[in-house]
Amino acid sequence: MGWAIALHGGAGDIPVTMPPERRQPREAALRHCLDIGVDALKSQKHALDVVELVVRELENNPNFNAGKGSVLTNAGTVEMEACIMDGNTKRCGAVSGLTNVINPISLSRLVMEKTPHIYLAFDGAEAFAREQVLIFNLALRFTWLHSPLFLLIPVELSLLQRKENSGVETIDSSHFITPENIERLKQAKEAKRVQPIQKDVEKELPAASGGSQLGTVGCVAVDNQGNLAAATSTGGLVNKMVGRIGDTPIIGSGTYANNLCAVSATGKGEAIIRHTVARDVAAVMEFKGLSLKEASAYVVEECVPRGNVGLIAVSASGEVTMPFNTTGMFRACATEDGYSQIGIWTSVE
Amino acid sequence: MGKWAIAVHGGAGVDPNLPVQRQEAAKQLLTRCLNLGISALRSNCPAIDVVELVVRELETDPLFNSGRGSALTENGTVEMEASIMDGPKRRCGAVSGLTTVKNPISLARLVMEKSPHSYLAFSGAEEFARQQGVELVDNEYFITEENLGMLKLAKEANSILFDYRIPNGGFETCSAGAAATDSPLQMNGLPISLYAPETVGCVVVDQEGRCAAATSTGGLMNKRTGRIGDSPLIGAGTYASNLCGVSCTGEGEAIIRATLARDVAAVMEYKGLCLQEAVDFVIKERLDEGQAGLIAVSKNGEVACGFNANGMFRGCATEDGFMEVGIWP
Repeated sequence: MGWAIALHGGAGDIPVTMPPERRQPREAALRHCLDIGVDALKSQKHALDVVELVVRELENNPNFNAGKGSVLTNAGTVEMEACIMDGNTKRCGAVSGLTNVINPISLSRLVMEKTPHIYLAFDGAEAFAREQVLIFNLALRFTWLHSPLFLLIPVELSLLQRKENSGVETIDSSHFITPENIERLKQAKEAKRVQPIQKDVEKELPAASGGSQLGTVGCVAVDNQGNLAAATSTGGLVNKMVGRIGDTPIIGSGTYANNLCAVSATGKGEAIIRHTVARDVAAVMEFKGLSLKEASAYVVEECVPRGNVGLIAVSASGEVTMPFNTTGMFRACATEDGYSQIGIWTSVE
Repeated sequence: MGKWAIAVHGGAGVDPNLPVQRQEAAKQLLTRCLNLGISALRSNCPAIDVVELVVRELETDPLFNSGRGSALTENGTVEMEASIMDGPKRRCGAVSGLTTVKNPISLARLVMEKSPHSYLAFSGAEEFARQQGVELVDNEYFITEENLGMLKLAKEANSILFDYRIPNGGFETCSAGAAATDSPLQMNGLPISLYAPETVGCVVVDQEGRCAAATSTGGLMNKRTGRIGDSPLIGAGTYASNLCGVSCTGEGEAIIRATLARDVAAVMEYKGLCLQEAVDFVIKERLDEGQAGLIAVSKNGEVACGFNANGMFRGCATEDGFMEVGIWP
């Protein structure tokens, strides 16, 4: 037993020749986010809080394709999606089609905790976000005016206690759009990099030049109490059709956690959905009795065609693994016994 | 040559006081759809075509909660969702948030075959529908008098139930389902008489041993705008592989958490269980307190159904001449 954490910033055709000025900020971001997660675990935070915290940080970093820095749809807009799952209770929340929410992962957690549903999307999800902002602001105003009374109301208090690293804020959509992503969309449109229609021949997909689907972020963690959690967030695919939903928000595809393990997957969304990648890691452990490493390797190597997927996973006993069958995956991990790794390609520095 | 098999469902969780007349109408519709599927299978239609054909028929008939006759959102509108999956290559297509597409299942199939994606939702899905030239109708077409009445009652009932169920902060609270189902006569927090369980689905294995699955729904009565349930989610409401095809129905949130459809296939694949054992296992072990049901076929031409709700509208048939249509256990 012991805590463990892993995070990713996307898997795909990351050119080994990537110039240092593009590589270094991403490595630095991975290190920074890993440190935040490790500190949270050391201060006994629940795994669910840790994965939310780390993914918020990754969303706020414009170098990854989630939150600020999300890639653009064919209409030049952002449509973000995210998903979070708690292993022991299997409670989960998911959101899609967000255009104004600064931290989609936190909205997915609110869907899990404050609605009878699991998954809200597009206008309905945005309306829910606005409601939650309103409730939060009212609670805040209420504390200032009536603080002694306020302390008697545990619900509102818990909201405030979480203000530091949680909560939902909305902002104009232009906040998310970076010049780099406007350029990416332009290139994608010029190259007519609309993906080929027949998706059953995954092998024949062109090696996406420059990583059109790169940069989805995710975090999995197990805390000292053995609680597992997984979280994934993304802007999706460059030049995607408006309304496209990928694997990230789908429980069992991009994100899954139960009492055995927590998994966040990244890569070609359509392949990950079809192979229910995240659930399959857990299913292989459960039904075939394989270890976390064996189960993850089995899914990545035997089930999903090459060039399509990477994943990070932790087990209840504190193991961690980060396999991928793409050229590279931005990734980092650490465990309580002092093991730590940050890497992009196969060779580990 | 293998043997074909087919199963259809019209939802799990049935009002025990459902008028006999309506029970008969449901059975007749299920029988008609089975026969439609059977004749397609006899004329060697591939499984993927048969599941689409049958689900279109179920969507077009207003009796069940899909297509015409869909349950209404809190705003009194219809937001439909559907998914389809072809076992041999695990190709799949899904749609959510449709308001004008007459047959959501056919749009799901077009997403699978004519778009680079697997899943389109809301305005983007509607835009794709216009590009593809599928039949569009006004949202009014889907709304029945009966459902308008149900929504009114659901709002009255829910004004109490909903407040009771809203978790009040912190992660020690429970989410949907668990607290809502302590009375056996509620599903998804609604009294069973108002709950509109009647998601439709069809699973087929054809003579070539190809499996396919399709599911379509209007979702939950009085749902929030934007709510996505299990039906369009591959692995939750719908799944097909080279081993089997599965379509689920019931309390969506419980089905999503359980990745119910994928789990039937996963225990077959990774544990070596046969179809009926796999179905029994997931219904018993995977639903926690949720209520749901599912239909499944295997590549060997077996058919199975299972549910832990009080009833499920269902029908199945195999090439050997077995045919059954039922509602209660």
